[in-house]
Amino acid sequence: MIMPRLERKHSLATRLFHWVNAPVLAVMIWSGVLIYWANDVYAIRVGGVTLFKFFPDWFYRLFPVDHRLAEGMAWHFTFMWFFAINGVLYVAYTAWSGEWRELVPNRHTFAEAWQVVLHDLGIRKQPLPRRKFNGAQRLAYTGVVGMGAGSLLTGLAIYKPVQLAWLTGILGGYELARAEHFALACGYVVFFVIHIVQVTRAGWNNFRAMVIGVEVARDEDATYERSRIKRSGLAVGARRAVGGSAIGCTAAGGCTSFGAAATGAATTRRAATAGTVTTDAATGGASGLG
Amino acid sequence: MSRRGFVIAGSAGLAGVGAWEWLVTRGEEGGLPWPLRRVLEFNERLATGGFRASRFSPEFPRARARMPRVNGQIGLDPSIDLDVWRVRVVGAADHQAASLITLAEVKALPRVEMTTELRCIEGWSTVVAWAGARLADLAAKTGLANRSGRPTDPRNSPMDLLRYASLETPDGKYYIGLDMASALHPQTLVCYEMDGRPLTPEHGAPLRLVIPVKYGIKSLKQIGTIRFTDVRPADYWAERGYDWYAGH
Repeated sequence: MIMPRLERKHSLATRLFHWVNAPVLAVMIWSGVLIYWANDVYAIRVGGVTLFKFFPDWFYRLFPVDHRLAEGMAWHFTFMWFFAINGVLYVAYTAWSGEWRELVPNRHTFAEAWQVVLHDLGIRKQPLPRRKFNGAQRLAYTGVVGMGAGSLLTGLAIYKPVQLAWLTGILGGYELARAEHFALACGYVVFFVIHIVQVTRAGWNNFRAMVIGVEVARDEDATYERSRIKRSGLAVGARRAVGGSAIGCTAAGGCTSFGAAATGAATTRRAATAGTVTTDAATGGASGLG
Repeated sequence: MSRRGFVIAGSAGLAGVGAWEWLVTRGEEGGLPWPLRRVLEFNERLATGGFRASRFSPEFPRARARMPRVNGQIGLDPSIDLDVWRVRVVGAADHQAASLITLAEVKALPRVEMTTELRCIEGWSTVVAWAGARLADLAAKTGLANRSGRPTDPRNSPMDLLRYASLETPDGKYYIGLDMASALHPQTLVCYEMDGRPLTPEHGAPLRLVIPVKYGIKSLKQIGTIRFTDVRPADYWAERGYDWYAGH
């Protein structure tokens, strides 16, 4: 068996921003529900029929959210600082570090994302090109950051509708801005469900990389493209045509079968060598798992 | 490497949980753990610093106006004797001056009509047509918003201004505190008409406050006493976990 190679995947900054955001966003959503309860008027209605009320009685029986408006506002207006600062710093870092090239959609992204969906549903049988973030991921991970900015703006609009009356006005007025703020919060919940499913499917090696920053690469043939990352040290992975194949196993992490577990990456194989590869960033993103 | 990474991550997670536990077990101030109160006060300082009286709550066409729902009856006396009622205006402690103002005197002040959004802290909002006099005009008439007690227009003597205004219902059971800048804002009215008709008891007859630069909790119904003071006044909902400033 060829010795497994560790491949650096997520920078320390990325991991910190990610793991700060997770509990902070959870607090924002929870405290937001405490606030929403006080005027819980939203529902999905088609014609005159209410399809789903936010929230049904069983939700309120399950979660103790009633009569906690003051508490909700206090937590919300405290943690908003952590959410906003963490988010702004993350966006600034993504731009400065060059990692945005792997995250921001390019002209191939929509077509690729469609292929990812077909693949994940089992309709597309061919393997997907191996990248750090596939088209669907680029859309998701850029989109959710856009949603974060939207929550910040709609939040400010309903927090200071007089001092920031111009902002509230652009967003359609106080009532509409509140509804937009709520819709975005629902969006995070949808994102989270899909995210957890995909991370689970992608397997331990992939998840671990978001904690410790490195992933076990396997000695296999075939090539894949990775975008050049501006600051050295962050670009890892390699390209070399190598014969033969093996499944990489480590004592710590066990064995991963990339094929079945990977998000949008089918049974592809990676070469393992030292050194970095630089490729024209316009032609494709870097390979990787969910 | 994996083990070390997870030990670090796990320790950070435990530290986070510990910080959370610390926060929720702090002593309360006005119904909130004191660290959260400090943050609300920090937010207030930012808001106060950024406050501009030139920024107005958006105004709407008169036709958009509706009567708002009746919400909050604390301190309301539905059988108040409107003939006997006066609004008591009190100045700074060292002057102990007080004026008793009749409704007719309030109506003699310049009449202001405005159609603005009432934004309840619960999250609903209604566009309402209000008519009344500016609280700033009433303060100028009595001269009680100034430290010196001189009957000068508070808008023209900012250094002499007391820092806060407080209002309470005649029975004293509902009371609100305001920073002076918001109290003297041009849209802050002592209001005697809603939707073109005199106030009904449930909406705070004969005189209520309407202050569109704040949440609706500050639009106290059925004014009994108006006090100008340098001491930060008590506020009913601030004692129950809400932000004292409550500004928009």
